[in-house]
Amino acid sequence: MSVLVNKNTKLIVQGLGDAGKFHTDKSIAYGTNVVGAVRPGKGGQSVRFEGETDHSGVPGRADTYSVDVPSFNTVKEAVEATGANATVVFVPPPFAADAIMEAAEAGIALIITITEGIPINDMVRVKEYLGGRDVRLVGPNCPGVITPHECKIGIMPGYIHQAGRIGVVSRSGTLTYEAVKQLTDNGLGQTTAVGIGGDPVNGTSFVDVLKIFNDDPATEGVIMIGEIGGSAEEEAAAWIKANMTKPVASFIAGTTAPPGKRMGHAGAIISGGQGTAAEKIAALEGAGVVVATTPSDMGSAMLEAMKRAGKA
Amino acid sequence: MKIHEYQAKVLMKQRGIAVPLGRMVTTVDEAVAAVRPLVEESGNPVVVVKSQIHAGGRGKGRFVEHPDVAGVNVVTAGISGGVEAAEAKVRELAEKMLGSTLVTIQTGPEGKQVNRLYIEQGIDIERELYLSVVLDRATSHNIVMASTEGGMDIEEVAAETPEKVLKETVDRSYGLQGFQARRLAFDLGLEGDAHKNGARFMQAISNLATALDTDMVEINPLVVTKSGQVMALDGKMSFDGNALFRHKDVVAMRDLSEEDPAEVEASKYGLSFIKLDGTIGCLVNGAGLAMATMDTIKEVGGEPANFLDVGGGATTENVTAAFKIITRDPNVKGIFINIFGGIMKCDTIANGVVAAVQEVGLQVPLVVRLEGTNVELGRKIIDESGLNVVSAANMKDGARKIVELAGGNQ
Repeated sequence: MSVLVNKNTKLIVQGLGDAGKFHTDKSIAYGTNVVGAVRPGKGGQSVRFEGETDHSGVPGRADTYSVDVPSFNTVKEAVEATGANATVVFVPPPFAADAIMEAAEAGIALIITITEGIPINDMVRVKEYLGGRDVRLVGPNCPGVITPHECKIGIMPGYIHQAGRIGVVSRSGTLTYEAVKQLTDNGLGQTTAVGIGGDPVNGTSFVDVLKIFNDDPATEGVIMIGEIGGSAEEEAAAWIKANMTKPVASFIAGTTAPPGKRMGHAGAIISGGQGTAAEKIAALEGAGVVVATTPSDMGSAMLEAMKRAGKA
Repeated sequence: MKIHEYQAKVLMKQRGIAVPLGRMVTTVDEAVAAVRPLVEESGNPVVVVKSQIHAGGRGKGRFVEHPDVAGVNVVTAGISGGVEAAEAKVRELAEKMLGSTLVTIQTGPEGKQVNRLYIEQGIDIERELYLSVVLDRATSHNIVMASTEGGMDIEEVAAETPEKVLKETVDRSYGLQGFQARRLAFDLGLEGDAHKNGARFMQAISNLATALDTDMVEINPLVVTKSGQVMALDGKMSFDGNALFRHKDVVAMRDLSEEDPAEVEASKYGLSFIKLDGTIGCLVNGAGLAMATMDTIKEVGGEPANFLDVGGGATTENVTAAFKIITRDPNVKGIFINIFGGIMKCDTIANGVVAAVQEVGLQVPLVVRLEGTNVELGRKIIDESGLNVVSAANMKDGARKIVELAGGNQ
């Protein structure tokens, strides 16, 4: 079992620039079913992806692959021709909001946006546009979503993942990889890893993903990786305290971050004394979450949470 | 990105928002020359001489070289002595202020050099209010915040008397509606002309914030004049860096002399860099990992010298630039490169580091931890380079090694 993406996911790609192409290739090598690409003005053409199979991905495949991905002028055409149910957006920031809205309008249920640097006002507009539609936006400015051995969408390195028992949700890409690798190394493995992104206005929140994991029978525990800025971690802590039936571990980045400075991510800023790591850690610990002191201890914190719940 | 007060007022004026008359000057003679036209046009013999730096708290700030001079000075000499007396006083102030170092609660003890002054007309103030437009992350909408406590720090007001902070949510599609602006104006106790002007001011400021993609607009104080006008006496604006591509006029207002030179250099290469006070230089990919690397260095007894995220799209050239920026800091006693490649490939990092060391040399210990996309290729490049590099198995291991090699934090 898994959440959001699995072996039945049919993916299209919006934005086949250098980065989009590189990571689409890695996804296909992993075994993700990429059914089309949206390239306005290049509909009818196709792009060939070929190389050596990534055997850490979907099992039982030949050692090499060669896939011709058809191009479409619009998302609507792509969906009609392929039955795609997910899209990944690599479109550059000035045009990314438009790409997301196009996907939503075409009825794609899952929109995963990797693009970093989308203006906040554009995302505010996107969120209004998505309101009331049956669509989930993950990101922007996120690594994507992966269900080990089934489907990899985004930019995460596939080989660190191992199918298992833990749901991973994070505002940071690279810290997701840290957590995933430690969960692979200590044998807990992952059901699905979801990067929600580092922007202040995003499509999917910690609470959204916690709910999904809480309802997923295969997920036995959850690790949540947060950082300074905003109050998403505090909201998650309140939700966990009231609703979560599974053990949760966490790490919050930015204990040493100076106030008033934007730490890389647009959303990672302590402003007016709000959004500090200390507040978030206190809220999470108050909700019974095991909080790791350094990112190298995320795996052991999860193990500890599982032990306390009698699950390890 | 931040701009100066006088620039914020230019942007407001362009949109019909009331601001006092004023002139930005960079020399003493220009400052003196600004007085007469201001007095004549405004009909008010009082002028104000205001330091233009990006930090706040200027009114209460003092100059290192002239501790008796404040960052903002009201010149009343013109009331009894005429324009000549006002000019003489402005000359005296400008001579002391220009080129001197202003220390405010926001500049830190080292202060900021004042290179620009804003000479502004005096205003007959009836009341001082507070107004700002900021993003409310919880609802993903801008909110207009107002308070009767003009001139006060809004965070203090919010902590001590939260009932005095008034808020209205700005709908993204429709903007701040008339009824919302009127409600704010009523709650601020504005009446008659002041009510009408105040409501109009708030709608205009809210529209400006959306149109210019601001992170924050703060008018503190917003003043009501004796004649019922509502004006921005001060103006602070910062902009969403991601939206600057569509605001060339705002980008042209950037004053690089107000920013840390290393941070400016870093931004040219698409690097996110923040200078800190410690001794361990960090080169990391990903903002979360970069923060966590700093936290880990501190946890094992060291102090980070910087935050540096090379980002996902960095080239070998960018990584080389990052390495050079770190090594230029004389406090740096050791460097920790911590990479978990996703969109960033380990071989790109490795090539960048090797190129940088070949160019600028390596005077301090270097610990490298590589993991992720193209990791084998990256490790091979480092191994075959012959560089004196210590490898780390994971982040904590790397942090321990570099803190030890750098001699603790002495």
